[in-house]
Amino acid sequence: MNTVTLTVKKQPELYLELEKVNPDEFAGKTAAEIEKLPVYMGKETDTIGDFFTVAGNAGATAAETKIVINGDCTKMKYIGAKMTDGEVVVNSSCDMYTGSWMKGGKLTVNGDVHSFCGLALKGGEFTVNGNAGNYLGAAYRGDWRGMSGGVLRVKGNAGSDVASFMTGGTLIVEGDVDIHLGTHMEGGTIILKGNANRRVGGQLVKGTIYVFGTINVMMPGYKPVGDVELEVDGTKATFTDYIGDLGERHPKSKGNIVYGHLYMKK
Amino acid sequence: MSEFIIKNGHVFDPVQGIKGDKKDIAIKDGKIVDKVGSSAKVIDAKGKTVMAGALDIHSHVAGPKVNAGRWYRPEDKHFDSHKVPGITRIEGGKSIPTVFKTGYTYARMGFGFVMEAAMPPMYARHVHEEIHDTPIIDEAALPVFGNNWFILEYLKNQEIENAAAYIAWILKQTKGYGIKCVNPGGTEAWAWGLNCLTIHDPVPYFDITPAEIVTGLMKANEYLGLPHSFHVHQNDLGNPGNYTVTMDTLKLAEGIKPRNNFGREQVLHSTHLQFHSYGGDSFANICSKAKEVMDVFNKNKNLTMDTGNVTMDETTTMTADGPFEHHLHALNHLKWFNVDVELETGAGVVPYIYSPNVTVNCIQWAIGLELALYAKDPMRCFITTDHPNAGPFTRYPRVYSWLMSKKIRDAYLNSFKHADKVIDATTLAELDREITLYELAQMTRAGPAKALGLGTDYGGLKPGMTADVAIYNIDPDNFPTSGPEIEKAFANVAWFFKNGTICVENGKVVDMGHKETFWVDVKMPENKQVMHDVREKFLKYYSLNEANYPVPESYAPHQHIIAIDGVQG
Ligand SMILES: [Zn+2]
Ligand SMILES: [Zn+2]
Repeated sequence: MNTVTLTVKKQPELYLELEKVNPDEFAGKTAAEIEKLPVYMGKETDTIGDFFTVAGNAGATAAETKIVINGDCTKMKYIGAKMTDGEVVVNSSCDMYTGSWMKGGKLTVNGDVHSFCGLALKGGEFTVNGNAGNYLGAAYRGDWRGMSGGVLRVKGNAGSDVASFMTGGTLIVEGDVDIHLGTHMEGGTIILKGNANRRVGGQLVKGTIYVFGTINVMMPGYKPVGDVELEVDGTKATFTDYIGDLGERHPKSKGNIVYGHLYMKK
Repeated sequence: MSEFIIKNGHVFDPVQGIKGDKKDIAIKDGKIVDKVGSSAKVIDAKGKTVMAGALDIHSHVAGPKVNAGRWYRPEDKHFDSHKVPGITRIEGGKSIPTVFKTGYTYARMGFGFVMEAAMPPMYARHVHEEIHDTPIIDEAALPVFGNNWFILEYLKNQEIENAAAYIAWILKQTKGYGIKCVNPGGTEAWAWGLNCLTIHDPVPYFDITPAEIVTGLMKANEYLGLPHSFHVHQNDLGNPGNYTVTMDTLKLAEGIKPRNNFGREQVLHSTHLQFHSYGGDSFANICSKAKEVMDVFNKNKNLTMDTGNVTMDETTTMTADGPFEHHLHALNHLKWFNVDVELETGAGVVPYIYSPNVTVNCIQWAIGLELALYAKDPMRCFITTDHPNAGPFTRYPRVYSWLMSKKIRDAYLNSFKHADKVIDATTLAELDREITLYELAQMTRAGPAKALGLGTDYGGLKPGMTADVAIYNIDPDNFPTSGPEIEKAFANVAWFFKNGTICVENGKVVDMGHKETFWVDVKMPENKQVMHDVREKFLKYYSLNEANYPVPESYAPHQHIIAIDGVQG
């Protein structure tokens, strides 16, 4: 695997859109060619070389390309967005849309990410070692197709509207989340190690939510149906199984109604 | 103004009966002329196809429901929004494109005129604002009447003259073009949570039937002598077994005589017929009745129609057929927008994905093509996608490729997940017909122009006509054989002249032209009864003042007014 190292040399005046910073775009390019790739700031188009020093050539394919980004990226959007393979490590916090529409590969942010990150994630591993903002792993604004695959892990807290319209994959928040976790879920798994604010699993049709901490106010559409022993993300514990959201339509499978499950650790 | 001579192209012009002959087309001062001076700019169209500008008789491109689609579907724009180098502005949206993308794309496909097929009178100002902002193409809008309280009351009392006077008044207030009717009576019934699923279901409270509404509006249309015929979206759209309702509606046109000074020979335009040609009694056994419907259509010279071709895309359905949109939302669980437009109409908007893996969608796709292939007279059958309902208008080139090549459409048909079921439920696989370039010019130029009452000025290349000319990179002697090649050629004109100005060159927009808004101004003596009713209804029921109703000149600064005398009849 070849490593390309980007080091921030100039801060953008506005926010910078780095749609080209991912292994798919870098693949097969030399450092000099990478420097010439466009970046967008407001209505202007600049190049990667205007804001970063670039060291190292990319591998022949995305799979053989690793990108390491150093320096302050808090005003950089779209890092790793739409990547399908390879690896990206950001040694900073970054702005919106980080890892959104990701299909494969590995993306690690050693800092916080802002809102709308990991949107409609399809595959790969996206790890945030800090906190995340709102709409983490959710659907794009207006869309009904949220995260459908892959693993998204946040070591810190996340904001509101996490995993809206999720249909597949696994999203783990090790800290707390704000309101509207897993709204409109139709599949997939959410593991919340900390506490949630109100409205967890509203309009959930299918899928599973595990909560290790507390829910400030439980949705009225959930009903406890018994206790179960489970191993969740490496922890064995007893959980209360709630089915729901009973206010929502539910599909049938082999004559039985399919409900979503919300497991609360006892 | 400049002069042009288009040399050596293969000309297809149904108005003059020219079927691909090499013929020079001269343009002077925005018109087609016999000849031009020696200083005229020469356009070398050798090995290319020359046709008049195309006309879209039915599309939804401006107004409140289109805009509702835009604002509640940011995702439609997200991956489809870009700036093309040159003089154009950012083009955004796929199924509900911005007004800019709408104008540019139609022009790049060689279209000079588009009919906005449903204008709620109360929101006419909004419709005209968007029409005005749409570059290059001429546009007009059809106000909707099929569920309007005034119309329901006048027609119930057999007051055709009052209905006609009210229609003339609305056309003037809204700068409208003709009479549109969506789900006659059914949208009003929807306000009671009901629908009208046959032409004999009475509308609650008004106690009038869809058959009476359709007949009454056809009579009012001919009473006024409007350029376009009565334009109807029939009852029971989209449901299995609806072909009988469709045939019942089409038969209502028998015996009504066209009366106008525009060369229009039909009294009823049946729109997006694809959605109305279903057999079976459930979505499990839905099948094509295109042949049966077209048998009725072909025999009845009083009718024109458009296809409503499904393009197999993700799109945004939008219609004044409120109950249908609720039904669709209940089927696909996607977001639903619903509105009631006071005394006039209503509307719904729901996103929809036509998938090659869903048998019903594939059957719908096949029916749209069957309709065009069964049409005996291409001057009465026009190609549309009911944009964006059955698919975006940007797919017209793809629809042409399916209609013009059996090989291409059969390959697509056989690629479906349940191809065998689709073949069983339709007759498409048995049809060998391939639409020729001449027939395409009939279905997209001369035919719709005539049906809209614009046949003397548009849709042809006869000297004296408006110089809307599309030149395609298509050599009829060496017609492209692959789908992508056909699509590319029809999507990117070599040149497009709008009113004698080159607006598109090599698929690139180079001039914004001088777009016009067409509307029909019917001169009528004041009808005291109708004006009294209008005043009373505005005071009693409308949320706005009557004085705030008309569309001021400033909303349509470039008007093309068709003035007619509505009292000769
Ligand atoms: Zn319609
Ligand atoms: Zn329509």
